[in-house]
Amino acid sequence: MINLNINNQRISVQPGTTVLEAARKLNINIPTLCNHPDLCVAGNCRVCVVEQTGARTLIAACAMPAAEGMDIHTNTLKVRNARKHIVELLLSEHRSDCTKCYKNQKCELQALANEFAFGDTIFLDLVEDHAYTIDRSSPSFTKDDSKCIHCQRCVRTCHELQHISAIAVANKGLHQKISSFHDRPMSHVVCTNCGQCVNRCPTGALVEKTYIDHVWDAIYDKDKHVVVQTAPAVRVALGEDLGYDPGERVTGKMVTALKQLGFDSILDTDFTADLTIMEEGTELLTRLKKALVDKDKNAAFPMFTSCSPGWIKFIEHKYPEFLHNLSTCKSPQQMFGALAKTFYAQKMKIDPSKIVSVSIMPCTAKKYEADRPEMRASGYKDIDYVLTTRELAVMIKQAGIDFRNLESSHYDSIMGDSTGAAVIFGATGGVMEAALRTAYEIVTGREVPFTNLNITPVRGMEGVKEATVKIEGCTDDWKFLEGAELKVAIAHGLVNANKIMKQVREGKSPYHFVEIMACPGGCIGGGGQPIPTSMDIRKKRMKAIYAEDEHMALRKSHENPDVIAIYKEFLGKPNSHVSHELLHTHYVERENY
Amino acid sequence: MEKRGLNKVDLIFEKVDPKEVLTKAFTMKSDEIIQQILDSGLKGRGGAGFPTGLKWKYTAAVKEPEKYVVCNADEGEPGTFKDREMLDKVAYKVYGGMVIAGKAIGAKKGIVYLRGEYRYLIPQLLMELESFHKLIKAIGFDFKINYCLGSGAYICGEESALFESVEGGRGEPRNKPPYPTTSGVFNKPTSINNVETLVTAMMIIKHGPESYSQLGTKDSRGSKVFSISGDTPTPGIFELELGMSVHEFVNEFGDGDTKAVQVGGASGFCVPRKKFQSTVIGFEGVPTGGSMKLFNSSRSMYNVLHNYLDFFAEESCGQCTPCRVGCQQLLKGVEKVKKGEVKSTYLNELLKLADTMKVASKCGLGQSVGNAFRTIVENFREEIIY
Repeated sequence: MINLNINNQRISVQPGTTVLEAARKLNINIPTLCNHPDLCVAGNCRVCVVEQTGARTLIAACAMPAAEGMDIHTNTLKVRNARKHIVELLLSEHRSDCTKCYKNQKCELQALANEFAFGDTIFLDLVEDHAYTIDRSSPSFTKDDSKCIHCQRCVRTCHELQHISAIAVANKGLHQKISSFHDRPMSHVVCTNCGQCVNRCPTGALVEKTYIDHVWDAIYDKDKHVVVQTAPAVRVALGEDLGYDPGERVTGKMVTALKQLGFDSILDTDFTADLTIMEEGTELLTRLKKALVDKDKNAAFPMFTSCSPGWIKFIEHKYPEFLHNLSTCKSPQQMFGALAKTFYAQKMKIDPSKIVSVSIMPCTAKKYEADRPEMRASGYKDIDYVLTTRELAVMIKQAGIDFRNLESSHYDSIMGDSTGAAVIFGATGGVMEAALRTAYEIVTGREVPFTNLNITPVRGMEGVKEATVKIEGCTDDWKFLEGAELKVAIAHGLVNANKIMKQVREGKSPYHFVEIMACPGGCIGGGGQPIPTSMDIRKKRMKAIYAEDEHMALRKSHENPDVIAIYKEFLGKPNSHVSHELLHTHYVERENY
Repeated sequence: MEKRGLNKVDLIFEKVDPKEVLTKAFTMKSDEIIQQILDSGLKGRGGAGFPTGLKWKYTAAVKEPEKYVVCNADEGEPGTFKDREMLDKVAYKVYGGMVIAGKAIGAKKGIVYLRGEYRYLIPQLLMELESFHKLIKAIGFDFKINYCLGSGAYICGEESALFESVEGGRGEPRNKPPYPTTSGVFNKPTSINNVETLVTAMMIIKHGPESYSQLGTKDSRGSKVFSISGDTPTPGIFELELGMSVHEFVNEFGDGDTKAVQVGGASGFCVPRKKFQSTVIGFEGVPTGGSMKLFNSSRSMYNVLHNYLDFFAEESCGQCTPCRVGCQQLLKGVEKVKKGEVKSTYLNELLKLADTMKVASKCGLGQSVGNAFRTIVENFREEIIY
């Protein structure tokens, strides 16, 4: 143990503990900015400087390991002066249009300014000296360099968590900026639109592109029938932006709020999540049959899930030679979109051109996905607008809804029913678990051999998880699988996806089926979820997801009555011709820069 | 204060037989070499002045099979050009110093990080290196030197930014600790020394620490190569014993009208005429990596300062707030003061900012911007304002 004094209080810490962490143990708050719990230490904003007795300079608390006998003071005149200067310096290069900024009152720089830099401005305005770019090219987010404070959280996120480095530091000195390959617009680089940088940007430099006003316009338009779908991970995180602690489930209140906002029909992405399991599970079994019975060498393994549009863009850029390994299933959002303007329109006897389809997603990449040219199977743009969890919270506040005191209500019928298997799509491993629950039962006629249907090996926050399921006692149709060991893996965060893909490229992948989600923790940690994020917060959301599953009456996708009905009335059977037209898609190779 | 007067020395460029010196070093034990360097009182010649013997001792103490000797030849401080001369004239002594350092710390690999602008020297340096490798092999050393070229960024002379650059990363300083002695290039224990330090180390092994420590003062042992430029009839490279006053220096090199000397380049200190007598050139007074720039009365100190600030605003890596934004604020601030767009008392705010940069910047670059700023503004305030 290492003993040190902070503000004359003695503390013992483990070797490797930083001064910042030691201070936090004593409940001494040291302000930080570039520091983020998910990322490596940068030590570049210098907001956390403290005084160490005997040291020539101040030290950055976030980057300094505690050492025996250290005498640290966090609130001396020297520290306060330096901190004030640093915040003032940051403000001098930051376009402070706070009252108009999307991040107003959610900005970490603003919070620091409030503490350290109120009153007269000390330094000269530098914003006017620079020709800043505001990059609106991505359908998912806006990158406004005039608000960038060069903390490099986004750069570290893109590199450390996502293994992409679509954004990196360019130039030096006063010309230093966060930029892309050859300064190309974000829409024309390797960016996957995952939004993890947006989640970690302390200011308004990186924010999702908002479509709130478009949605309001549709709601107010009497000619339009506005349907809304909500993704599984939204219901366990929305509360955070409305005053709840992380991990609160607000499903029923959210449905009521959506009704009060004026949507004509409140439906659930979980319905198409169940449908995805039927389509994707069948696809997997068909591929296995092709490989094992027909000895078809073109049956590509491992088969990858295709629900996460960030992951899809990643593989299109980085590993395009394996696009045929992807499931051809659209994501639940896009399946929903295609069905809303066909099946739903027919059932409700509504002209599909009058339908506006909105989705509430934990994701920024979904905005991009909805814009893909492949996503017009209904003859219209299948999904018109995608809002993030955060944007929905903004709408709820705009409408003056007292969220906390809302009654719960249920999703509307037709495409609103779902099972617990669909809810867990929101957490890493969830798609795999849902698929196994159904596929195992199709093949053997029995439930998966796990207590209470909880397939625990595929759960949790480990970057790459794997499991083996031995298939025994197959029904007659599936005898060729008798005794087979189905090897599956799950990766979340693209840095982990890359590990799987490297293995695949080297020809060493032992897996049959792999679930990959672009974001850490899966959709619960998505780029559209409430800010801040941390491992602790994501774990709480994950716990809530599994609680939601446990509370559902039905917990297997193939038991969803709406799913059974749609196959009977409209689709025929999984992977049918209609299914292929509406629910499946193809992918394109993209350049790797 | 101990003073030595101005004495010219010929140690660095003295012709020696490398075989003789290195054979001697080969027979010495690692801690013998370190002790001799410690006894000599040699401090790093790049400007920061860390005791070389200590640096070697710390690196030697780390148990790790793979260690590095890095020669910092990224000579970028405005007004210094001595390392180039050494590489041009006595490269074998630079290599010799590296081998000796390698023996001292237990390293088998050396890297010379050469300033990009010096790439024209590469053909001759590599030729010399080839014969040098043969020589040390014959003596029995197991040591290999490689070259790495910079790309023109001043910050890459900062040791940890240099490591990043060698590794193929962006030249940005790292957080310290860990220090290079435990985790340097490729995260291996590294002794990184200036070109001149390595040459001097070789000469200490040749002549012995006693004779070397006869030169100089208690705090500044030995001699040093100075790059002399500006308003002087005799610009060039001179090796002088440490411990002279600026006055003595100006008497020798000035043009009779010297009003200020910038000691240590852009990151160094400006000494005005009234302080020539009382200022010693060395670690007890104004330290220098070698750059000595003389200004006569025809020079505007505003222009001098503006030039330095312009340099720093460009050459900051841009990573940390105090340096990136601070440099721009100092530059814009003095411009506005000069134009009369802000009150002259704004200089006081800027002096406070310079203090913050000194204590809160991440690396030596940002920490030393205030040196020139403070000494020029305090001594030539009227030239900045009017």
